[in-house]
Amino acid sequence: MERASTQQLATMPIEFKLNGRTVIGRPDETIIECGKRHGVDIPHLCYKPGLRPDGNCRACMVEIKGERFLAPSCCRYPKEGMEVTTDAGRALASQKMVLELLLSDMPQKHYRPDSELDLWAKRLGMGKPRFESRQQPKADLSHPAMAVNLDACIQCTRCLRACREEQVNDVIGYAFRGERSKIVFDFDDPMGESTCVACGECVQACPTGALMPARGAGMQAIEKTVDSVCPFCGVGCLLTYHVKDNKIQFVTGKDGPSNHGRLCVKGRYGFDYAHHPHRLTKPLIRRKGVGKSAHFAVDPGDWSEVFREASWEEALELAASGLKKIRDQDRFALAGFGSAKGSNEEAYLFQKLVRTGFGTNNVDHCTRLCHASSVAALLEGIGSGAVSNQVNDVANSEVIFLIGANPTSNHPVAATWLKNAAQRGAKLIVADPRRTDLARHASHFLQFNPDTDVALLNAMIHTIVDEGLVNKKFIADRTSGFEALKENAKSFSPEKMAPICGVPAQKIREVARLYASSKASIILWGMGISQHVHGTDNARCLIALTLMTGQVGRPGTGLHPLRGQNNVQGASDSGLIPMMYPDYQRVATPEAKARFEKFWGTKLDPKPGLTVVEIMNAAYEGKIRGMYIMGENPAMSDPDLEHARAAMAKLEHLVVQDIFLTETAYLADVVLPATAWPEKDGTVTNTDRMVQLGRKALKAPGEAREDLWIIVELAKRLGLSWTYAHPREVFDEMRGCMDSIRGITWERLERDSSVTYPCENEGDPGQPVVFVTHFPTPTGRAKFVPADLIRADERPDKEYPMVLITGRQLEHWHTGAITRRSGVLDAIEPEPTALLHPLDLAELKAKPGDLISVESRRGKVSLYARADEGAPRGAVFIPFCYYEAAANLLTNPVLDPFGKIPEFKYCAVKVSKGGARPGDPGYGKGRTLEELYG
Amino acid sequence: MKVRPRLKGRSVDPKALQEVQALLGSEPRRRDLLIEHLHRINDRHGHLAAAHLAALAQELRLSLAEVYEVATFYHHFDVVKEGEAAPPALTVRVCDSISCELAGAKELLERLPKILGKGVRVLPAPCVGRCEAAPCVVVHQNPIANATAESVRAAVQKKELRCAEPKHVDYAQYRKQGGYKLVADCLAGKRTRDAITKIMEDSGLRGLGGAGFPAGRKWRIVAAEPEPRLMAVNIDEGEPGTFKDRWYLERDPHRFLEGMLVAAWCAGVGEIFIYLRDEYAGCRAVLERELAKLGKEPPCALPPIHLRRGAGAYICGEESAMIESIEGKRGMPRLRPPYVAQVGLFNRPTLEHNMETVFWVRQIVEQGAQWFASHGRRDRKGLRSFSVSGRVKKPGVHLAPAGITVKELIDEYCGGMQDGHRFYGYLPGGASGGILPAAKGDLPLDFDTLQAHGCFIGSAAVVILSHRDRAAAAARNLMKFFKEESCGQCTPCRVGTAKALALMDEKKWNQPLLAELSQAMMDASICGLGQAAPNPALSVMKYFPQEVS
Repeated sequence: MERASTQQLATMPIEFKLNGRTVIGRPDETIIECGKRHGVDIPHLCYKPGLRPDGNCRACMVEIKGERFLAPSCCRYPKEGMEVTTDAGRALASQKMVLELLLSDMPQKHYRPDSELDLWAKRLGMGKPRFESRQQPKADLSHPAMAVNLDACIQCTRCLRACREEQVNDVIGYAFRGERSKIVFDFDDPMGESTCVACGECVQACPTGALMPARGAGMQAIEKTVDSVCPFCGVGCLLTYHVKDNKIQFVTGKDGPSNHGRLCVKGRYGFDYAHHPHRLTKPLIRRKGVGKSAHFAVDPGDWSEVFREASWEEALELAASGLKKIRDQDRFALAGFGSAKGSNEEAYLFQKLVRTGFGTNNVDHCTRLCHASSVAALLEGIGSGAVSNQVNDVANSEVIFLIGANPTSNHPVAATWLKNAAQRGAKLIVADPRRTDLARHASHFLQFNPDTDVALLNAMIHTIVDEGLVNKKFIADRTSGFEALKENAKSFSPEKMAPICGVPAQKIREVARLYASSKASIILWGMGISQHVHGTDNARCLIALTLMTGQVGRPGTGLHPLRGQNNVQGASDSGLIPMMYPDYQRVATPEAKARFEKFWGTKLDPKPGLTVVEIMNAAYEGKIRGMYIMGENPAMSDPDLEHARAAMAKLEHLVVQDIFLTETAYLADVVLPATAWPEKDGTVTNTDRMVQLGRKALKAPGEAREDLWIIVELAKRLGLSWTYAHPREVFDEMRGCMDSIRGITWERLERDSSVTYPCENEGDPGQPVVFVTHFPTPTGRAKFVPADLIRADERPDKEYPMVLITGRQLEHWHTGAITRRSGVLDAIEPEPTALLHPLDLAELKAKPGDLISVESRRGKVSLYARADEGAPRGAVFIPFCYYEAAANLLTNPVLDPFGKIPEFKYCAVKVSKGGARPGDPGYGKGRTLEELYG
Repeated sequence: MKVRPRLKGRSVDPKALQEVQALLGSEPRRRDLLIEHLHRINDRHGHLAAAHLAALAQELRLSLAEVYEVATFYHHFDVVKEGEAAPPALTVRVCDSISCELAGAKELLERLPKILGKGVRVLPAPCVGRCEAAPCVVVHQNPIANATAESVRAAVQKKELRCAEPKHVDYAQYRKQGGYKLVADCLAGKRTRDAITKIMEDSGLRGLGGAGFPAGRKWRIVAAEPEPRLMAVNIDEGEPGTFKDRWYLERDPHRFLEGMLVAAWCAGVGEIFIYLRDEYAGCRAVLERELAKLGKEPPCALPPIHLRRGAGAYICGEESAMIESIEGKRGMPRLRPPYVAQVGLFNRPTLEHNMETVFWVRQIVEQGAQWFASHGRRDRKGLRSFSVSGRVKKPGVHLAPAGITVKELIDEYCGGMQDGHRFYGYLPGGASGGILPAAKGDLPLDFDTLQAHGCFIGSAAVVILSHRDRAAAAARNLMKFFKEESCGQCTPCRVGTAKALALMDEKKWNQPLLAELSQAMMDASICGLGQAAPNPALSVMKYFPQEVS
């Protein structure tokens, strides 16, 4: 007789007895899971679906006939013929005793309304415990987001597993032993002083309330829950708002395809910005005679000397007439900035408004500032700007090459998948000038010199050619231009590049070999790659690595530029780009133009529009005279702010639509109060190409109106006969001109919350992995584009001897307008800081925490020094979210020639000890927390 | 206004990092060496300062929590956080486990702090494995046998801090006596694995760590598992009353090593880890030196042999907890299945043996299975090394036939009861094996013979109580020991031992509740510690009810 294969055995049903009843189990299913399926609930505390079963609480013990000891049903698998008792005799006695032991140590006070221990005690009819209580530990209320009440701790280690095995933040430990065993943070430190990044996964995991949202938020009687998607970054985590009194009391992670229940500090604790007193609740009109200049001090709490309140009718009329007047004189003098923080529907209507209402293609958004160069290289090389594989596909990778990205800060939940993969044994190669958190998890960490990406990557390309590791078949079948790449690579041996990029040649060769020869290698990158004058070249090298080794088109391989903002992918897809219509159909292509002229029923301008920085330059020169800016803050996010702000101050007419009086809004003629993300419906598209549905949970404050309504009202006043009443109508129209999402219906989004594109026909599952058989280029082939060494535009010299790198930090998002108004996020990071190597600080004779000044040829800021052993010597890193020390006053507005992206990651500065104390922007600095919570 | 001058949490102090790097030298920065590295720091500085721990974490690429939770698990590490006082330079540990308590440990614990002065810290310690010399006090690493306050003070004053090295058969002598011929023959192909394993099976040699699993069968099971296979030798002899492993190791270390190598060869093991409890500093010195000699002039090809040092944790005598500890983690037992033979050290199939089990291998092979099996009384087979302590005249390790009764053991091997003491009861198997009354003094002592009486022989640690002792007091001492030594992982043991001790601290025990709690601990604890912890209490209620009613 043939023997069954292991695989067959693993799926063979198992017949066994459960409480006397014969049931069919599966070999991969524990007794507790099988029981649940058959309506047999077994008490359990340390077991939680999604976490590794640990079997420590012993509440789920069952009796297996013939075995001396009881067995934990969360860890045991049924066997053929087994007889299991869960609800009588020794099993029941044991379950009850375990609950009684734990109950005897519980405090009188309840920290959550539905402690799992209490629920099980009730179900088993337990009375008052008969044992004396333990000595109870003190509460730890040191963290702004979470309360630690270990008197309710049952040591089940769910928090620990959530922290270490799920999120892999590795903050929580189980220290000491025996009765004194204790859940600790770091070295048994107060949570608020530990390395905790406040992802809140432990709170979500805790069964008894020992870990809870701070200030009793978890004890609130919730009125409703609303499923939505997180607005804070490109990962696109699904979540559930818990709402009471028109306020989000707390948030839990939902099992979405990109997050599987995980969230980070922003998504879990960052929503109170919607209730901030600075919210705009009425349209504002600039007072007559109040001038504009680049030098202003915003006071978003009191704008009465600059603006007056107005009715919607008056404001809209004024906004539209100002634009109309300029349009009628010179339509090319108008431009619009849409937003990557809004919905797809808003982005689509916004660009349609600019293209059909203004009559120009001068429409752009912050994609220009983040991945424009990546997209340029991707479109050129493989014909598509989106990712080839989704982030959590790293689960299928043998090698993960992450370069120029700091996902633990900027894509925290995406980072968890990388860390999970590293734990599983995948080789994680991290290349970055800064040694960031992920370096600890990396098998190989390459701390290369800033600005030397091409040197490093070309050396890898050289190695792969040199050592015969190229995938000849893939190159022959699916690419063109390899010979030129090969020729170019000749002069970039690792030995020659090592002194340039600061990584030993042997190490470069080793990672190149690993990448090329693994069964599945994936590349992920961030703005360390894109925000350079050679950003497009950097990305070209990454594409070349992928193509020459054939590491694309399969699970666990491919190219993934980590998108920054929650909807930067969707906004780009929707056509919020000056040279592209929706779905990357090029403005300059007559067929595309014809298609949209027909689709929109109007003439379109054939000339690609200006990009973000070009628009600012044109405004400065008086060529752009009027702008409509929705949900963007160029007065903080553009390079060389002095210049950008001066440019906006010169505008004859500026309409800004936002939820706060941002630095940009301060320069506006009309400010239109819009809605926060939880106050509206709409779809967003995450970095994984998942179109996901955000749902309205809150009523907007005062007269604030939904963004879509505002765009439509403006359009009407610009002469367009629009009637869209709901995002669903807009989405349906988008499907008509965007093949990639043609198959996605609003109903399906309502049902599934998330659908991956390409999804061309209704009912298609969506394609998580693309380029399987061909590339979306005219020939179906991908193209190699060699890159040469180009250095940064402004390199350190005697006068400005250090390098400035700008970026983000975990708690603050983009220009800080939202996150600095969130009580928890602000409490964790209230002040502007600059990160330097402690030895560089010592050379300045400054201590960590001292005030320092950083000055470039364009501006100067002073802020607090923070010591970071991972910082490269000679470089200073500044997050750009602080108005009172705006990093972009210093940055160099020079552009990458292809992507038109500014060089945010490199300019020359000088640093000195001392300086003026950073000013007060009127929000943040820890005050809101007290204001909001007393 | 809060300005955070550093990244979140502790940052690494450059000076502490330098010191740690210097201490670690060129040692590999592997996670499984965490405890070894902690020892290096603790030995050098007398404690583990937070700054050093943070530096070590960075050096090993571990998180702070991963280092801290391990450092605080083991008794012999003193973690000192910023702003806390470091412990005094000298620590004196007074064993307060059962045999030493009977011999006056409590009085020493009271007296010593008063006479040793401020620079000395006096701590109670769980069994240090020298019960034949109770009470035992360890001055730093120097065990003082039959300690008195005066002898301890003298050692402290004279700074006698090291363990005197036992006289033992060294490598040259052992070779001269024909040692390592067996293993050399094995590797030279003069013996077959099957034949040697068969001898083990025929001899009836069982695991002498307490569980009594037949040794030969274990070899076969492991040999059938996929390569690479590992071996872990358990010399974490922490069961109160047990000291036989130390006894043999101090006398004939190479006999153990050769047995270990033969076992490894039979089971096809590629790498061996020896886990030695930290309390046996003298044995460690001997083993380190003798292993070096063996490695320098090997009698045949040797697999890599690693000597790992415990750090004060009884639970690490549990085979899977020991494996966790060898991997550099907290010594928390694993759930079974899977069994260690299949998924053990570093998740590889692992042959796990008590030291004494392999100690007998050479002699059994040389003298034949029959020689070993021919010993025994009352139909029991083989020899047992009884560690006898308590109220007898000649405590010590007595090699006696399996199946001997305690009365015979006392009379024939231990010179009878101490003067003025009448036999009252006994612990047949250390702290875990329960307590039997004198009336049960005629039971054969061996594996499987005491179950019916609620007891077991375990590692054959026999502690004799006299009419001056109370079984309830002994049971309290043992429950306190279990409470202190519980790893804290599972509820029935972590909470159960504490609640049970509270119940047993009452003059009159709440017997129904204690019995109910005991049943759950036995049924639902993860490992033998929690499962056996109620045994003494149950024995008292069964055989000595008058003491607690």
